[in-house]
Amino acid sequence: MLAPWCERATTDAAVATMGAASIEWWSQHFPGLVRNGSLVVVQSRDSADLARFAERTDHFEWIDAERIAALEPDLAGRYRRALFFPDEAHLDPRRALATLVERLAERGVAIRFGVDLLPDAAPGDAVVDCRGFAARDALSDLRGVRGEMVMVRCRDIALARPIRMLHPRIPLYIVPRGDGLFMIGATMIESERRGPVSVRSAVELLNAAYALHPAFGEAEVVELGADLRPAFADNLPQVRREGRVLRANGLFRHGFLLAPALARQVADTLRMETYDADIPERRRA
Amino acid sequence: MSFYGVELSSRLLLGTARYLSPAILAEAIKASGAEVVTVSLRRESGGERAGQSFWSLVRALGVRVLPNTAGCHSVKEAVTTAHMARELFDTTWIKLEVIGDADTLQPDVFGLVEAARILSEDGFEVFPYTTEDLVVADRLVEAGCRVLMPWGAPIGSARGLNNVYGLKSLRAHFPDIPLVVDAGLGVPSHAAAAMELGYDAVLLNTAVAEAGDPVAMARAFALAVEAGRTAYLAQPLEPRDMAAPSTPTIGKAALGD
Repeated sequence: MLAPWCERATTDAAVATMGAASIEWWSQHFPGLVRNGSLVVVQSRDSADLARFAERTDHFEWIDAERIAALEPDLAGRYRRALFFPDEAHLDPRRALATLVERLAERGVAIRFGVDLLPDAAPGDAVVDCRGFAARDALSDLRGVRGEMVMVRCRDIALARPIRMLHPRIPLYIVPRGDGLFMIGATMIESERRGPVSVRSAVELLNAAYALHPAFGEAEVVELGADLRPAFADNLPQVRREGRVLRANGLFRHGFLLAPALARQVADTLRMETYDADIPERRRA
Repeated sequence: MSFYGVELSSRLLLGTARYLSPAILAEAIKASGAEVVTVSLRRESGGERAGQSFWSLVRALGVRVLPNTAGCHSVKEAVTTAHMARELFDTTWIKLEVIGDADTLQPDVFGLVEAARILSEDGFEVFPYTTEDLVVADRLVEAGCRVLMPWGAPIGSARGLNNVYGLKSLRAHFPDIPLVVDAGLGVPSHAAAAMELGYDAVLLNTAVAEAGDPVAMARAFALAVEAGRTAYLAQPLEPRDMAAPSTPTIGKAALGD
């Protein structure tokens, strides 16, 4: 889910700025990007949370039940009001990565999987270390924040865009992945445990999905996933230099949202240094 | 003010959950002047040592950590979590929560008393999250608790002090036990009201963590706690039914008809 404006509710303004630029990048480089916006809903008893969410975000429209039904017919009659973020987008991360691999291969970039190589031992004038949480050995202030998600298949409901449901304890989003697949996410726990999804988290996510629409009660659980998000103390990404190694990390829960912006920062840094090296006077200045 | 013999100058205790980032948490704690922060072991760590990175960030703030058993729904869970906390944080302090209802997060006072007894006998210094019920409070003191933490309102509800009468009664009944209003506070005036009742301190989390500007809100709560405490010590007026003129009326010139 590429939701820079929704993320504004719980993140620094920089995330929205960088994320908005990233949506444009994805739209130019990944044909599978879907730009249908996103919807934010609440159960009636939590309506105050929707107003609060609206206060903290922008680039949205308040929409009524009729408009909700027009956008998402399967949610007709279930919600009286919602926030519609028309410029947000979503993608299937696995397909997006596969596409990037193909495009790089077309340009003659060799990608080797399953190779053990530490950045300091890598050949070349410059090394970009973007190993995520695996770079903990080089970034002592990087911490892992556990995230868990559930993939389900449900033929009884169709959604055209990600739906975010606010809840005081179990906020969740559901992203349609096509072919009846939905990703339900995601927990955020200050833990570096990498083990399987806990029963508590699975129950909370599935309960919340069921609350969003009872059709999810009959969905098949296809996958339970858990891993660590790499984060610095401010939960914002950074590019750091150590000799010839550039370390780009700390994308937290915004990997696909901020990766293009971070990559551009890395590229700009490398280009500028190459330029500086070519012109000694500039370097001295 | 002291808790279990530990002298503290700040009467504001903060939770550490739900902040946008640990960096903002650190700034908020600094702005609040809080000397004690609570840390949830069960939810934040997944029940293991896996929360070390986050806890290290909290420890680095130089404040005293009061581990809690948030998310525990049984005596056994709470006791196990308390033991883990003692080992991890090297403290005998434990904020004891035994939740009885998943929706309202109301404490299970029966389990609370039982867990408090088990932990006190085992050398823990227990800070029980309870209701304002006098009899339960009596049982907790009998079980070894030397601090009581009644709720203002359900956790995260931001409703303020739901039962002022009950909280006043508790204060009157336990003049020598440190009392901390824990949970349910939404705005600084709620904290000031608790302090004006003679409570020793307040503990809150969501009201600061989820404010638009958590750092400014932390400061606002610190000021409110100070104002409420100062007002309590200054012996405020009791409400009365009749007007009480602030200037004498006898001998005043009659200017009307």
